[in-house]
Formats: sequence, structure tokens, C-alpha cells
Amino acid sequence: MAKPKNISADSLILRTATLIVLPVQLVFSLFLLLRGHDQPGGGFIGGLVASGAFALYLYAYGVYALKQLLRVSPKDLLAIGLLLGLVATIPSVLVDQAFFTAQWWEISLGDNLIKLSTVLVFDIGVYLTVIGTLVTMFTAVAEAQLEES
Amino acid sequence: MIGLLLAIVLTACIAPVWTHSWRLPRALLALVPATGFLYCLNWWPAVASGNPVLQTLSWMPSIGLSLSFYIDGLSLLFLLLVTGIGSFIILYASSYLKGHQDEGRFFLWLFLFMASMLGLVASDNLLALFVFWELTSFTSYMLIGFNHESEKSRKLALQGLFITVGGGLLLMTGFIMLGSLTGTYQLSEIVQISISEQSHFINAMLVFILLGAFTKSAQFPFHFWLPNAMAAPTPVSAFLHSATMVKAGVFIMARLHPTLSEQSVWSTAQLWAGAATMLLGAWLAYMATDLKKVLAYSTVMALGTLTLLLGIGSEYALIGFVSYLLAHSLYKASLFMLAGGVDHSTGTKDLLQLQGLRATMPVTFGLIIVGALSLAGLPPLFGFIGKELLLEAGLGVDGWLIVVIVVAATLVVGVALTLIVKPFLGQPVTLPRPPHELPPAMLAGPVVLLTLSVLFGLAPALAEQGLVHAAVQSIAVSEQAVKLKLWHGVNTALLLSLLSLAAGAVLAFWWLRSRRVAQQLAKWSDRIGPESFYFRLMDSIAAFATWQTGAIQNGRLGIYMIVLLLATLAPVAWVLFDSVGFPGWTFELIPTVYECAMVTLMLLATAYAVRTRSRFASIISLGAMGFSVALLFVHFSAPDLGITQVLVETLTVLLLVIVLIRVPGFARFSSNAERLRDAAVALFAGFVLSWVVLAALPVQWAPTISEYFIANSYELGKGRNIVNVILVDFRALDTLGEIFVLAIAALGVYSMMKLRKGADHGKA
Repeated sequence: MAKPKNISADSLILRTATLIVLPVQLVFSLFLLLRGHDQPGGGFIGGLVASGAFALYLYAYGVYALKQLLRVSPKDLLAIGLLLGLVATIPSVLVDQAFFTAQWWEISLGDNLIKLSTVLVFDIGVYLTVIGTLVTMFTAVAEAQLEES
Repeated sequence: MIGLLLAIVLTACIAPVWTHSWRLPRALLALVPATGFLYCLNWWPAVASGNPVLQTLSWMPSIGLSLSFYIDGLSLLFLLLVTGIGSFIILYASSYLKGHQDEGRFFLWLFLFMASMLGLVASDNLLALFVFWELTSFTSYMLIGFNHESEKSRKLALQGLFITVGGGLLLMTGFIMLGSLTGTYQLSEIVQISISEQSHFINAMLVFILLGAFTKSAQFPFHFWLPNAMAAPTPVSAFLHSATMVKAGVFIMARLHPTLSEQSVWSTAQLWAGAATMLLGAWLAYMATDLKKVLAYSTVMALGTLTLLLGIGSEYALIGFVSYLLAHSLYKASLFMLAGGVDHSTGTKDLLQLQGLRATMPVTFGLIIVGALSLAGLPPLFGFIGKELLLEAGLGVDGWLIVVIVVAATLVVGVALTLIVKPFLGQPVTLPRPPHELPPAMLAGPVVLLTLSVLFGLAPALAEQGLVHAAVQSIAVSEQAVKLKLWHGVNTALLLSLLSLAAGAVLAFWWLRSRRVAQQLAKWSDRIGPESFYFRLMDSIAAFATWQTGAIQNGRLGIYMIVLLLATLAPVAWVLFDSVGFPGWTFELIPTVYECAMVTLMLLATAYAVRTRSRFASIISLGAMGFSVALLFVHFSAPDLGITQVLVETLTVLLLVIVLIRVPGFARFSSNAERLRDAAVALFAGFVLSWVVLAALPVQWAPTISEYFIANSYELGKGRNIVNVILVDFRALDTLGEIFVLAIAALGVYSMMKLRKGADHGKA
């Protein structure tokens, strides 16, 4: 049986470059996610950057390799993202404030003040949902292409 | 009350596990409604002494929706009927459905139905009542369609659902009108108000509420769904279609009686619909030969009678209403259970076949005699009192009404006697199954309920002092003295009653001989009756949908785009043209070099995308167009938007490339005329959108919200990036909605790709 034709560029340059770019891009997406509250960035943009990284990997190595790399199903990412989004709504109800009011906890770690909040949880939820959405779409389409060939 | 509802819902949830996994005796489930019955009895002393119970739990205060319960005489009567009869139904079903594979599902829906019915009758809030009302429609749909493998059963369940839910929509409209008219949605306050003024608004409201009630309570011309709902297993018929669900419509009419009875539209409509339904129901009951259908039509007759009594609205009529309701619930539930038992035992419910069961089913025979005589209205049964009051009330109105009542009563007597004579007397014959006496679990209900029928008949004070009196007070506008008596002395009503008995006996004697005529008439009425209209309506809806789908969604994406664009933008264009006008240039129109360069870039990219023959090139040039927009964002200092635009554009191009990579180059499918049409639509869309933007710019209703965000972003949101603070804090609920939309879109793509026809080798 012939090996199914993958959507991959079969280009050594792209493959090698991807291995270098992918981790950088992922770290950058996290950076964007975390700094988003004060400077340009945020969960949505971060999620898009990370999805771009995965799309690049898909182009370079094909859909099966991407699935192996991810380990979790992109649909699960989607579900976890939505769940985090919902979880972020709950604490405000517990302290008897209006639904979805942001809650902040500030922790000092040495000299740094770390601001934790339900907003952050929510933003991470958005981040994961965006990744889940795009990667689900990419892999679904790519797999359908493979099956037809 | 809320505890009672929760207990029943909880029972519903564990019922499947109870029957399937734990394999505990089903009959024990009946203890839950039985406990509920005792619990409801607790309210009796308070309610009987004229103090309704009011319990409130705030739910959605912003739209005036609260979960509050108002238990007065009428509610309590229904609560007791639902829990009391419900207990016996569960007991009966535990035996009737023994060994059925879907037993668990059955109990699940039956308990859920019970909970919604209890909520309906006890609800104080009109909106909550409506929610429970719809729940009864829905749960009964699941119950009627219980034998979902039979197409007929599915179809008839759907019919019941369509009719009751269609009526429900009208009812909701009526409720909202009533709420805005009285200024409150609390029934406890509404019943204190009597609306006497006249207006078109009020008339429309009355019609909406009445149609809701009529559809639910199977009044003419909506009567046909009720007998069809007999597709359900017998316990369901006995519960839903004798004692509970179909009485919901009557309940709501009685509930609103103090408020609306001054309206002539209200009472006249009830009078006519009630009389027509009563007569038609009695006639069809006499015509039918299927045991369950006979009972179903006699239920239609009873519902008509109840509506009629409300329409008359006199003192006698209201007392008659409550007595008749109680009497009917007692005997009809029993008769249904017994009829189902006969079917269960012999394998047929065709009255033409059944004969000579007297010897093999003696207890059932005895009980049927009592039930049928109560149906016929013979002393000393409680049904007799109901019938006396009906005749008495009818005598107070026009002459034609008393004729209708007597004719209907005669037919019912004929039906009742046939129920006793035909299946049980005569020579035993061979039946699909050898008949046997019913097990105790199936007889318990009829025994107790019919005993009550006799008891209330012999000592009407028992029923009157507690239930009937309190219930009449909650329907009546003013205080009513209620005195139920078995013996009224020789009067016109008694003579008419006797007349109907005698004539009914003759009808029963003729029953067998009239069957050929009956079948002929049935065929004829199938063709022109309201039910044929229903089927034609359904067919034409389906035909219209087919035509419309073929016209608009014909599989060509180009057409979809045109329909979408025109449908959205044509109304917008109309408003712009008609009332806004061209706003003119409200800003400096001297572009910088950067802006000129970017616009040129965009125009070039667009032109190339339109002209090129290569898919790839057109995708890329669309991408170039998107990137230029991103540049614009950056130029006007919106870095977040710029970044987002760049990323979205990148990913869109990537996605398009994957999708289109193996599609051949553009072939020219469309003619020149079609291309011109497409170009015209595209130009039109672009023009309208530009116009909207221009028109929107100078509009300034309120201070811009952006100032609030700028001022409070750090104060309240603890973030300096306003865009992000808006997304995840100020407008987080919107974002939550949006990510759900994203997820749905992803699942949509996934299922289109994976679950297509023929893609069965795909891994889900």
C-alpha cells in the first residue's frame, strides 16, 4: 500500500526552519498572552500566533506529525478553553458580586508583584479556544484531503 | 412546593437506574407521588378556611419572573388529583409495562410530566406557568411517542405536540398582554382584578388565551389530537388524557375566570366551543368501536362540558364545574386503566370482537359497571351530582342549550351502557389472548378511585366541605354558598336526567346495528374534518420548504452569496435612501502619501484577484489586500487590531491554500451576463457599506463609550491595554459568547469534513 500523500512541502529548508521557528513562536505566543493586559497582545492574538506555528508545522511535516506533536486532540483544547472561560465566571458569584465581575489576587514574589485574576483565567480560555478552533479546522481539512487522495 | 417538585424530578432521574441497574420493584416508585399527596393534604386546613398558601422564590427579577406558588382551592384540587391519581398510575404501569425494555425511560418521562403538571397548577407567576405549560406539552410528546419504532405513533405524537405548542405560543402572547394590562404577572394579584372595560386589545388577548386553552383541552375544532394521542401506552392515556394534561386548558380558563368572566367574548366563546365539543365528543364516542377511542371521545365530551359550564358562569354552573371535574377525573382514570387492562389481558381493544368476559374477568366487570354508571350519571354515584348540576345550569340559559345537553347526555348513556354490555355479556369468544383477571397492582387504582366515586355520591358533604367549596371560591367572583345534594327532589333536571337514561338505553341497544353506518360516517368525516385540514397544512408547509430550499439553496455558492448580500443590504439601502440621505464629507479629504500608497496597493490587489486565472494567485492577492488593511490599522495607531488582522489574514490564506490546493484552476462556468450580474451585486454591496460608514461617522447620540473605557481601564480593569481590558473584562460576556461561536464553527468544519456521506472511513 502506497504511503498516503501528505500535505507537506517536502522542502528541507522549510522543515529545518520550522524546527527553529516553532518553539520561538510558541514562546512568543505565551508572551503575548501574558503581557496582553497592559500592552498589545492577549489571548486572542496569542492564540492566533500559536495556531500559525502549528499551521507551519502542518505544512512542513504533514497532519499526522502535527497530531503526534500535539498529543491532545485539538477538540479537547477547544473544550478546555471553553470550560476555563466558564470557570472564570464563577468566583464572582461565590463572593456575592454580579456575575462575571473580575476577581484579583495579588501575590508578592520577592520584589515582584504578581497579579493573578479570573481575567487571566478567562484569557487563557480564549487562547486555548482559538488554538483549538484553528487547529481543528486545519487538521480536519488536511485529513479530508488525504483521504480523498 | 419546590421541595415536592424537586423530589419528583429527582425520582424521574433515578427511575431508569432504579429499573435497569438496581432492579428494584417499580411499584415502590409510586410511594413518591403518594407522599406528595399526603404533603399536599397538609395545606387543606388553611386552604379550606379561605387562606391561600403563597410561596415565593425569586428567579429572574429583571423581567419579573419569579418561581412563586399560589395554592388555593382550585390548585389544591388539581394537586391532589395529580399526585393521587399519579400514584395509582405508577403502580398500574409497574405491572402493565413489566419487562418492557424501555421501562426506565417511561418512568423518567412520566415523573417529569407529573412535575410539570404540578408546577403548572401551583404556579403563581404567569410566565412560570407558561414554562410549565410548555413542559407538559413536551413531556407528553415523549410519552405519546413512547413506542417510537412505530411510525404512526411518532406521527400522532408530533400532531399532539404541534397543536398544543402552537396553542402555547398564542397563550404566551395572551399572557404577556394580560400582564401588561394588569401590570402584574402574579396570579394571586390578577385574580383580585376584574376586567370589565372593552377594547380591541382586550378582545385580541381573550382570543389568544382561549385558543391556547382550547388547543390544550381539545376543544372543537382541535379535538382530533386527543383520541390520536391514544397511541400512547394505557397508563399515559389514563393519566394525561383523563385527569391531567388535557385539563390544563380548562384549568387556565377556570383560573382566569374571576378576572375575565365579565368579558362577553370570553364567556360566549366558551359557551359555543364547549357546547359544540360536548355534542361532537359524545357523538364520536358513540360512533367509535375502539375501546380506548370511545373513552378518549368521551373525555372530549367531558372537556366540552367543563368549558360550557365556565361559559355559563352562573352559581350552579361553577359548582357543577368543580363537581363534574372531580367526578370525571375519578371515573375516567379508572375506566382507562380497566380498558387498558382488558386490552392487556385479551390482546384486543376492538369492541366488536370483545364479548363474554364476565366469567373470566369478574372483578374488572364489577368495576367497569361502577365506572360506566358514574359516566352515565346514575345515582348514587358522584357522576350523577355532576350531571344534575349541569342540567340545572343549562336550564338557566337559552332553550337550545338544554336540548344540546340532553342529546349529549343521551349519547353518553348509550356509550356507558355499551361499555358494560358489549365486552362482558354474551357468549365467550376466542380472543387473540386467553383472558385472565387483572393483577392487584392494576386493579388498586380503579378500586380506590371508584370507591371514592360512590362515597362522594352517597355523602356529598365529604367532597363539598373540603375540596369543592374551596375550589368554587377560587373560581367565583363573589362568595358562593355550596351545598351538594344527592337528592334534589322531583324537578325538571331530574326528569331530563331520566329522559336521557331511557333514550340512552335505547341507543345502547342499537349500538351493534348502527356500526355499518358509523364506519361510513367515519370515512366521510376523515375527508372533510378538521384533521384533514391539519394534514393538508402540514403537507403544504413541507412542500413550501422544499420549493424554497430548491430556489435559494441550490448548491451554487455564487447564488448563496447574492441572496445573502441582497437580503441584508437591500433593506439597509432602502433606509439610507429613504431617510438618511447622503451625509457629505465630514472630515478632511486630503490623504497623506502613506494613505495613497496603501489605497493603491489595495486596489491593485483587488483588481488582480478578480482578473487572475490562477486560484493560488487570487488567494495570495486577497491576502495582500488584507495585509494592506492591517497597515492601515497600524497607521491609525491601533496596534492590537493590526496584529490581529495580520494573523487572521495569514491563517486565512493558509487555510484557503489547504482547501484549494488540489482544486483545478478557474474554469469559466458562468456566462458574461452572469458575471455582469455578480459584478453589479458586488459593487452595490460595496457602495452600501461605504455609505453606511459615512453616514455613521457624524452620528453622535451619547458621549462615546471609549472615553469611559479609557478613563476606567486601569482603575477598574487593572490593565493598560484598553482593547484587551474591554475584551476580557468590561465586555467579557460578549467574548465568552464569541469563543463559543468559534467553537461551533470549528465543530461545523470538523463535521462537514469528517461526517460527510461516503467519508465513513474517517476517524471520528
